[in-house]
Amino acid sequence: MKLKTLLTSTALALGVANAAAAQDPTQACFVYVGPIGDGGWTYQHHQGALAVKEAYGDKVEIQWQENVPEGADSERVMTQMALSGCDIVFATSFGYMDPINNVAAKFPDVKFEHATGYKRMHPNVTTYNSRFYEGRAVVGHIAGRMTETNKIGYIASFPIPEVVMGINSYYHHAAKVNPDVELVVTWVYTWFDPAKEADAARAMLDQGVDVITAHTDSTAPLAEIAKEGGKAIGFGQASDMAAFAYNDDGTPGPRVASIIDDWSPYYVKRVGQLMDGSYEQTDSWGGMPEGEVVIGEMTDAIPADVQAEAQGMIDAITAGEYHPFTGPMSNQAGEQFLAEGETIEDGPLLGMNFYIEGITAEIPQ
Amino acid sequence: MDLSTFNWLPLLAALMVASTPILLAGIGELVVEKAGVLNLGVEGMMITGAVCGFAMAIATESAVIGFVSAAVGGAVLSLLFGVLTQVLLSNQVATGLALTLFGLGLSAVLGQNYIGVKGIEISAVNLGPLADIPFLGPVLFQHDGMVYVSLLMVVAVWYFLNRTRAGLVLRAVGESHDAAHALGYKVVRIRLAAIAFGGACAGLGGAYLSLIRVPQWTEGMTAGAGWLALALVVFASWKPGRVLIGAYLFGGLTVLQLNLQAAGVKVPVELLSMSPYVITILVLVLISSGRRGRQTAAPASLGRAFHATT
Repeated sequence: MKLKTLLTSTALALGVANAAAAQDPTQACFVYVGPIGDGGWTYQHHQGALAVKEAYGDKVEIQWQENVPEGADSERVMTQMALSGCDIVFATSFGYMDPINNVAAKFPDVKFEHATGYKRMHPNVTTYNSRFYEGRAVVGHIAGRMTETNKIGYIASFPIPEVVMGINSYYHHAAKVNPDVELVVTWVYTWFDPAKEADAARAMLDQGVDVITAHTDSTAPLAEIAKEGGKAIGFGQASDMAAFAYNDDGTPGPRVASIIDDWSPYYVKRVGQLMDGSYEQTDSWGGMPEGEVVIGEMTDAIPADVQAEAQGMIDAITAGEYHPFTGPMSNQAGEQFLAEGETIEDGPLLGMNFYIEGITAEIPQ
Repeated sequence: MDLSTFNWLPLLAALMVASTPILLAGIGELVVEKAGVLNLGVEGMMITGAVCGFAMAIATESAVIGFVSAAVGGAVLSLLFGVLTQVLLSNQVATGLALTLFGLGLSAVLGQNYIGVKGIEISAVNLGPLADIPFLGPVLFQHDGMVYVSLLMVVAVWYFLNRTRAGLVLRAVGESHDAAHALGYKVVRIRLAAIAFGGACAGLGGAYLSLIRVPQWTEGMTAGAGWLALALVVFASWKPGRVLIGAYLFGGLTVLQLNLQAAGVKVPVELLSMSPYVITILVLVLISSGRRGRQTAAPASLGRAFHATT
């Protein structure tokens, strides 16, 4: 124990000495699970990284590596980053959870931040996530108001709490404004496979669904919806996907709004704290109030009154006045889990593994 | 949920579209393997074809030029593999895997300016009265041209391999390159031609994804279709007709499970998703445990390097 303390303080002293010796720029390093060019998840993280560079200019240097497989490879990549002088490492996928904790143990003076995870085994590991379900609530409301067939769709990736809470939030807010609405969930078991995502969208369109939201990473579902020529609509996911907002002739396209993950405020804040010495280990779960979940431009395909309602919901969530999971809400068996006016705690929300009342499908096991 | 409200027509039509990329890549790889070459780089050639086809189609606004460029792109990349394995005698398995990695990286670089760009519109070919036949019309006769090209390709490959002298020579090279060489056939040249054909087909399959099925360019968009095409060739036990059946079966399973889910039918999604691979393994087991053994199914010289000593 004493030896460890000694080593740690030596390391700290060295770190301080280094910082004092030369005003080295702070190195912020990013580990990406996919290509920056995915147009969705990884693209948005990279925009956050670029925002850090823009905010601090010469005082920071950013480094990144794309297509890092989850598992042992990522451990090697992060070790290499720590050895090469990174001061803070952001690992941006769920599967980096154990590797990042392993590497963090070996480099106590480097800060490690893990997106969407929950393990903080060492004082230098922080976790962060976004409240995507707030965005689902808004698009769910739009879906409920705009569907003509009363069938709305959700392209789901994997049956994990993050996706299940998104489905519940989407359906809850659609059913609130349209009690006749029916939800169709299609599981594709992938985060990224444009062909399969397009097939899933096609299957739902063929079965009469006319509003689709996706929990996968590519723009393929929007491209498929575009083939319907305005009879169906969808939403941008993770990124704005503005290319589908308007057709070539200027009429509104298939993407009528979007849920944007904006990581910039968080990355800029954390790197700033690291530089001014106020950095602490945290478990952050930001949403609309922090500017991390943003609804992209609503196009004219959405009637003005619906736009106003959606904007009202955005404002209420941003102001902290409305929580998308506010009772009364019941599960599929009809048992109430939130009483009138009660809002859900983060714990049960993060472990959500059941559908709410009204959804007829079952979560695959 | 009863199946009476289930809409079958679009499912059958979607099946043909979903199967076309692996059908094209599979029929090309079949010819390559029939010539005795194992090219594991199908995924890399497909994605290169996808980006070449998309870029050229955008530049010229012509789907035909897009597809031709995709075929050329795939063929050029496959010839890199050809030169390495046939002339420089490198290991085919390792070179094929490297080709996939290279293709994925190359396509990412080439496609950088095309991310988020919308594809061109490609309409169905007009087959006149055929398209109006009840039931059969929407299922069979309202597709884009490439669906029919892929079907013609299967027939052409079958005819070539089984009914022409050149096809016989190609098969001879694949069965015993030493014997073919002794008879005076140019083994390396024939194999290079087969490899280029395989590359062109894979390129077409990739372009079908980026131009018609998804219509857009996204990095890594083939997402394993090339590997499915390789499995398909084994599943088909190196017979063109069975490649067609296999492709429609593999593609059909995917669309079927998505459609059943969309219709609210409870299906074991995980099982159906992995079924193409399970079926391929089963077929492999059946082939190799059969009485006549595996030799009769796979070309005898498959994957072996050829070096002319005399």
